[in-house]
Amino acid sequence: MSTIDQTLRPVPQILVHEVQRPRQTRKWLDWVLTTDHKKIGIMYLVLTFVFFLMGGVEALMMRSQLAVPDNNLISGELYNELLTLHGTTMIFLFVVPVMAGFGNYFVPLMIGARDMAFPRLNALSFWLLLMGGIVFYASLFWHPPEAGWWSYPPLSSIQYSPSGGQDAWIFLIHLTGISSLVGAINFYVTIVNMRAPGMSWGRMPLFVWSILIYAVLLIIALPVVAAAVTMLLTDRHFGTHWFDPINHGSPVLWENLFWFFGHPEVYIMILPGFGMISEVLPVFARKPIFGYKAIAASTIVIAFLATLVWAHHLFTAPMPLVVLGFFMLSSFLIGIPTGIKIFNWTATLWRGSLVMTASMYFAIGFIIVFLIGGITGIFLATFPVDWQLNDTYFVVAHFHYVLMGGAVFTIMAGTYYWYPKMTGRLCSERLGKASFWVTFVGFNMTFFVQHALGLSGMPRRIYTYQPGMGWSTYNLISTIGSYILAFGILMSVYNFATSYRKGKVAGPDPWKGNTLEWFTTSPPPVNNFDVVPRVRSVEPMRDIRLEVEAQTGQLQKSGGSEQFARV
Amino acid sequence: MMTRAVKISRSTLRALRRACAQAFAALSLVAAASLAFAPSALANCCTVKSGGSPNANAIHSLYDIIFYIAVLVFVAVAGILLYSVWSFRAHKHPVAAQIHGNTKLELGLTATATGIVVVLAAVTFIKLPSIINPPNSNAGAASVLSASLTAPTPPNGNKLTICVTGRQFIWRYTYGANCNKTAWARRLPYSYQQMEVPAGVTVDLVIQSNDVIHAWWIPALGGKVDAVPGFTTYTWFKALHSGHTYFGQCAQLCGRGHAFMTARVKVVTLAQYTAWLARLAQEIKQQNDQVTQLRQQLIQQGYLTSSGVF
Repeated sequence: MSTIDQTLRPVPQILVHEVQRPRQTRKWLDWVLTTDHKKIGIMYLVLTFVFFLMGGVEALMMRSQLAVPDNNLISGELYNELLTLHGTTMIFLFVVPVMAGFGNYFVPLMIGARDMAFPRLNALSFWLLLMGGIVFYASLFWHPPEAGWWSYPPLSSIQYSPSGGQDAWIFLIHLTGISSLVGAINFYVTIVNMRAPGMSWGRMPLFVWSILIYAVLLIIALPVVAAAVTMLLTDRHFGTHWFDPINHGSPVLWENLFWFFGHPEVYIMILPGFGMISEVLPVFARKPIFGYKAIAASTIVIAFLATLVWAHHLFTAPMPLVVLGFFMLSSFLIGIPTGIKIFNWTATLWRGSLVMTASMYFAIGFIIVFLIGGITGIFLATFPVDWQLNDTYFVVAHFHYVLMGGAVFTIMAGTYYWYPKMTGRLCSERLGKASFWVTFVGFNMTFFVQHALGLSGMPRRIYTYQPGMGWSTYNLISTIGSYILAFGILMSVYNFATSYRKGKVAGPDPWKGNTLEWFTTSPPPVNNFDVVPRVRSVEPMRDIRLEVEAQTGQLQKSGGSEQFARV
Repeated sequence: MMTRAVKISRSTLRALRRACAQAFAALSLVAAASLAFAPSALANCCTVKSGGSPNANAIHSLYDIIFYIAVLVFVAVAGILLYSVWSFRAHKHPVAAQIHGNTKLELGLTATATGIVVVLAAVTFIKLPSIINPPNSNAGAASVLSASLTAPTPPNGNKLTICVTGRQFIWRYTYGANCNKTAWARRLPYSYQQMEVPAGVTVDLVIQSNDVIHAWWIPALGGKVDAVPGFTTYTWFKALHSGHTYFGQCAQLCGRGHAFMTARVKVVTLAQYTAWLARLAQEIKQQNDQVTQLRQQLIQQGYLTSSGVF
C-alpha cells in the first residue's frame, strides 16, 4: 500500500525514520564537523548559556561591591572591567546568539524544512561566535576593556584606554557581527524559500515571523557597528581622527553610529522572545493566538520604528531641540505596536483553558515584567524627564525589565517548552515552577528598587558611594535580590542538566503543540521529516490531530487540558 | 513529570512557597519600618528630585503626570492579565473558547494607545517652555538651555554665567561672562568641586570637557547635560533658596575614578556671593603672585629657564 491509511492510526503519525549513519567512534568529532541545524542549534544554546552564567557571575560581583557604601571589595578599575564584560557578554555573546540558537533548531522544523538553506555557512556562524568569545575573554589574562559596552570615545581611544582589551572588544564585535550577519542571511533565505507546501506568509508560525524580522534587523544594523568599530580601530592604531575632538573628529559621531546599531539591537534581542511567547501561550491556553495578523504586523512595525529611535539614547548629548522632539515622538510611537502585542497575548489567555506548565509560568511572568519595562520606557522617551533619569539606575532598572524580562524570561519559557523536543525528555515541572517563583521574586527585588535608586540620584557605573545619600538600603535590597535571582536561574540550569538523562521520556508531542516541529520524533532525526504534510492553517499540527480524532472517533475534550491540569 | 534526581515533593514546594511568602512579608515589613523610622534612608522612592530650581520643579510635575497615567495603564493591563490567569485555568474553565481575534477591539485598543501617546506628547510640549526657557532673575540681581547648542538667555538678559569644565575626575567652575573664551586673560576666579551661586539669580552654565565625555548633573537643580570634548553645551538653573547645598555627580562613565567625580552647589545670598567671589579672586591673585616670585627665584638660581623648562 503506497498511501498512508490515516484511519488505522489512532494518534498523529510520525513519518520519519532514523537515517543517520552510525555515530563516529569519536563523538566529539561528530559535533565539531556537523552541519546539522539541530546540532548547531544545541551547540549555540549550550555555549550561550555558559556565557550567560559568566555574565551573571560578573553581575553578582558588581552587586556585591555595591551592597554597602564605601565598600572596598572591588577596585574602580576592576569594576569598570566587570561592567564592560557583563554588558558585552550579555548582549553579544548571550541574548543575540541564543536567539540564533533557537532559530537554528526550530525554524527549519517549524516550516517543515530538512535543514537551513546553507548548512555549512550555519556552522561557520557558530564557530565565529565561539572565536569571538575566546578573543574577548582571552583579554582576562591581560587587560580586559574598561570603557563600557558602548565604548564611547575618547574614553575608548588609545590615549585613555591604552590596553589591548579595547582591541579585543573591537574584534569581538567584528567576529560576532560576521557570525550574526551570516546567520541572518541564512535565516532569511531559509524562511523565504524552504517553507512547507501550503505555508503561505499568513500561515507561518509567529516565532518564524519574529526570526525573519530579527534577521532583517541584523542585516540593517550590523554593518553600521562594523563600520564604527573599524573606525575606532583605525583611530586607535592607524592615525585617523574620526572620533578625536582635538583633530576635529567628533565623539558624537560615534554615539550616533553606535546607537543606530544599538537600538535596533534591542529589538533584535527581544523580538524572537516575543515570537516564543506567541507560540507558548496558544498551546497552553488551548486556544488559537488572538490576532495573528496584528501580532505579525506589529513585529514589522516595531522593526521599522526601531531604526528611527536611536537618538533617544543621546537626549543629554549636544543636539538641537527639534531632534530631541523627533526622537521623543518616534519612541512614543513604538509603544503602540508593543502595546498591541501585550494586548493580544492577554486576549489569547482570555477564556482559554490554561494549562499551567513551567513554560506558561515564565511566559506570563514575562508579560508582567515586560509591561513594567515598557511603561518605564515612556518616562525615558520623554526627553525633559530623561534629562533627570538618563544614565541613572532608573535606566538600569528599565533595560533589565525589558531585556532580562524580555529575553531571559522568554528564553526560559522557550527552553521549558522545547526542551522535550530537543532532548526527548521532559523537565521536572515542579522544579521549573519553583525556579520561576524564585527567579521572579529575585528579579523584582533586584531591579524594582533600582528605579528608586535612580530617582534618588544614583548614577550608573559608579563602583562605590558614600553613606547618607539615601542609596544604601535600596542597594542592599537589590544585592540580596540578585543572589536570589541567581539561585532561581541555577535551579533551572540544574533542572535542564539533570533532566537530560533522567527526565521522563517525552514522546513526539507532549504539549499538544500547534506547529510542525511536534510532527516528528523527539529529538528529530537528522532529516527531520520523511513526509511534510500540506499546511492548511497557522496550526498544522492541530489540524492533523483533529483530523485523526475525527477519523478514529476518539474525540477528546477540546484542548485536552486534563493531561496537564495538575502537573 | 518527576525525575529521580530532582525529588521535590508537593510538601517541600508548599514549604518553599510559604518561606517565600514569609520572606516577602518580612521584607515588606522591613521596608515599611524603614520608611516610617528613617524617612531619609528611603527618601525619593517615587519621583525625581527637585526643589532647587524652577526647571527641576517643572520636570518633577511632568514626571508626576506621566507617573499617574503609567500607574493607571499598569493596573488596568496587569489586572486583566491576572484575572485571566486566575479565572481561566484549566480546572476552572476546561473548555477554551476558540476565538481568533476581533478587529474592532484591536483597532479600538490601538486608538486608545495612540490617544495616550498623543496626550503624553501634548503634555510634554506644554511643559517644555518652563523647562528650557530661563525666567528673569529676581529684581535687583544679575541664564541657559538644556542640552542645547545655543546659549539661552532670560527675557531681560540679566544672568550670571559660570563655565563648567569636566576633566578626569573633577569639575572646574570659572565665574564670569565669556568664561570659556577669555578666562585666562581676564584672570577670572575659579573653583573646583564646589560651586557657589547666589539665590534668585538665573545662572547660565557653559559646559565643556577637557578629556573624555562627562555629564553635569545636580538632580535638585534640573536635568543633566553631557560635557563632550569638542562641543559646548548649555543649561541653566535659578536657585530658589539660599542656605542649601545641593549634591550631584558625573553621570557618564569617564574612567576609573568616575565614582569620585562629585559636585556641590552651595546657594548663598547675593551679598554673600559677591563677597565670596571677591575673596576668591584675591586668594587666587595672592597665590599667583607667590608662584611668580618663586619662579623668578628659580630662574635666578638657574634651576629653571625663562620659558619654564627644568
